[in-house]
Amino acid sequence: MAEITLIEGVTLALARAMEEDSSVVVLGEDVGVNGGVFRATAGLQQRFGNERVLDTPLAEVMIAGMSVGMAAQGMKPVAEAQFCGFSMPMIDHIMCHAGRMRNRTRGRLSCPMVLRFPSGGGIHAPEHHSESPEALFAHMPGIRVVIPSSPARAYGLLLAAIRDPDPVIFMEPKRIYRWQKEEVVDDGEELPLDVCYTLRDGSDITLVSWGAMIKETLAAADELASRGIQAEVIDVATISPLDMDTIIESVGRTGRCVIIQEAPKHCGVASEIAAGLADAGLYSLLAPVKRVCGYDTVMPLYRSEMKYMPSVRRILDAIDAVLEVS
Amino acid sequence: MTDRSNTFKVDYFQFLGVDGNLVQGVKVPPLAKDLDRLKELYKLMVKTRVFDKKAVALQRTGKLGTYASSLGHEAAHVAIGSAMKKEDCFAPMYREYGAQFCRGVEMSDVLLYWGGDERGNDFKNAPHDFAWCVPIATQCLHAAGAALAFKLRKEPRVAVSVVGDGGSSKGDFLEAINAASAYELPLVLIIMNNQWAISVPRSSQNHAATLAQKGIAGGLTSIQVDGNDLIACLWAMEEAVEAARAGKGAVVIEMITYRLSDHTTADDATRYRPDDEVKAAWEREPLIRLRRYLTQAGAWDDAKEDAWTAEATQEVQAAVDHYLDQVENHPQPVTAMFDYLFKEPPHDLIEQRAYAEQYPEDGGHH
Repeated sequence: MAEITLIEGVTLALARAMEEDSSVVVLGEDVGVNGGVFRATAGLQQRFGNERVLDTPLAEVMIAGMSVGMAAQGMKPVAEAQFCGFSMPMIDHIMCHAGRMRNRTRGRLSCPMVLRFPSGGGIHAPEHHSESPEALFAHMPGIRVVIPSSPARAYGLLLAAIRDPDPVIFMEPKRIYRWQKEEVVDDGEELPLDVCYTLRDGSDITLVSWGAMIKETLAAADELASRGIQAEVIDVATISPLDMDTIIESVGRTGRCVIIQEAPKHCGVASEIAAGLADAGLYSLLAPVKRVCGYDTVMPLYRSEMKYMPSVRRILDAIDAVLEVS
Repeated sequence: MTDRSNTFKVDYFQFLGVDGNLVQGVKVPPLAKDLDRLKELYKLMVKTRVFDKKAVALQRTGKLGTYASSLGHEAAHVAIGSAMKKEDCFAPMYREYGAQFCRGVEMSDVLLYWGGDERGNDFKNAPHDFAWCVPIATQCLHAAGAALAFKLRKEPRVAVSVVGDGGSSKGDFLEAINAASAYELPLVLIIMNNQWAISVPRSSQNHAATLAQKGIAGGLTSIQVDGNDLIACLWAMEEAVEAARAGKGAVVIEMITYRLSDHTTADDATRYRPDDEVKAAWEREPLIRLRRYLTQAGAWDDAKEDAWTAEATQEVQAAVDHYLDQVENHPQPVTAMFDYLFKEPPHDLIEQRAYAEQYPEDGGHH
């Protein structure tokens, strides 16, 4: 059994899905011979041929639009946008067609496609390579949004996303592509697309995060543990649909909650979670819910990008403020 | 530096003149002699126009929402539908009713859609075709994706899409041309050049001599036809569809026609379009010249015209009755907006659905 990284979990799931279903086709810029700029599709074209792994012309609208067309005609395209910023031209087809195809035709046509792209900052990349646009996609009806934060979840969630009969946006936190290795059994077992994952049990406070910020969130939990404070850490994993039940249940036990997201604060997923707690968890709260987020600014160029992103210190300060309320 | 942008030739085809005679000095395709087929297609053109007139009337009397008329496009539309095989795939824009009727879309489907009911998109007899597509030119890429699916599965099927002269300015259209070229797709892209993109005339889209030449830039066979000449449209479509099916690559056809109606019933073209131009365009419209041709050939006469118009009117009325019965007596419940979003709805949507059920008729005041 091999220990693999998150991105290797992606590759493993892609290969597995292609093996089991001949309608699965991978397409995107440089996904073929080159194996993707991050190597997510490494070896797939050699193994499955250039009719299953298609290099595309350099045209993101085309990738999204043709994926919609292929999906509506019985294929399962797994398209890659090379970076999060390049998903923006695709939004017309994601929002106006992929998310609406089944509803528009009263179930006659559907759109079982996956759009994967690396997201988030922290790898010293150029402009438009470091954003976290999950809230944009989470606001779209008919679209699922998934962000794994471990090799096993990358494997299991991507398999589920590809097998899902409806469109899924699969955002890969590239800062932690190679952060951790863990054993992943290539057994074809998928993970559910509608639940949060509790990474660490605790009774004093609930920390909720997803994607690459899980790294800082776990580090903050470690720091708290050294002080004798037990934090429960929840990886949301599936942004849409959002599993509020797990979060509300946890906060019901801890009475306190801090939500950590890399994306800008305003109208972000953290705000939706905070609203969900206000709606259904208010009476178990012992302190205000705090959000630690990226600023409502443009993601700065790489020399300043770590200043933008929530740090362990910022997370701990918010936690301290929440814990101080008695 | 020499300007060569308009020095190459884009072939233009017209076989049936405005006067209803075959154009002299041109090799006319054999289908011009297939009077039985031309007669059937003429009848469909007439029915489409009868339907169109009725749909506009329904909108004017408050029984239909905003409607996009197909007036003046009948030959082009019917030719598109007639040239395709059942198993092919059509990705329309939003007014190609004549083509869609050929493919099994019901008149009541059109009315349901523009009447604000999604059931109009559930084409029972055209199960693979895409629904009407309001975001301009996006349908070109859906057709390209369909064509890629057919090619990868080695199915002898062709995808056909239509875009307007305005839509030909969009990236989606150009990216579809590029993709068709890159992947040698079984795709036919039709530019329905009806001279007007709402209020913007063809001359304001760009100063290229033709719109078809955008296909040449992508390496595709690209031609122009008289879009009011059924014979030319049908010949071009059949050549293009069969070339695409035979693996010879995609084709771009610019069909030159004229939007005799407003853009939609929400538009008033008299604000921006000279009456003289419209009057002149009526001289070139597609039905009368084909009627003259068929009449001269002995395949049609006034009595047949009257009888068929009456029959078509009855058929249209039956569609209207079905539409009104659906929306008035069997409207979709509030839950319908939840039931087709996902194959397996997530739990929060199930909760919202249950909540909405408590307010089945609520929401605003008309």
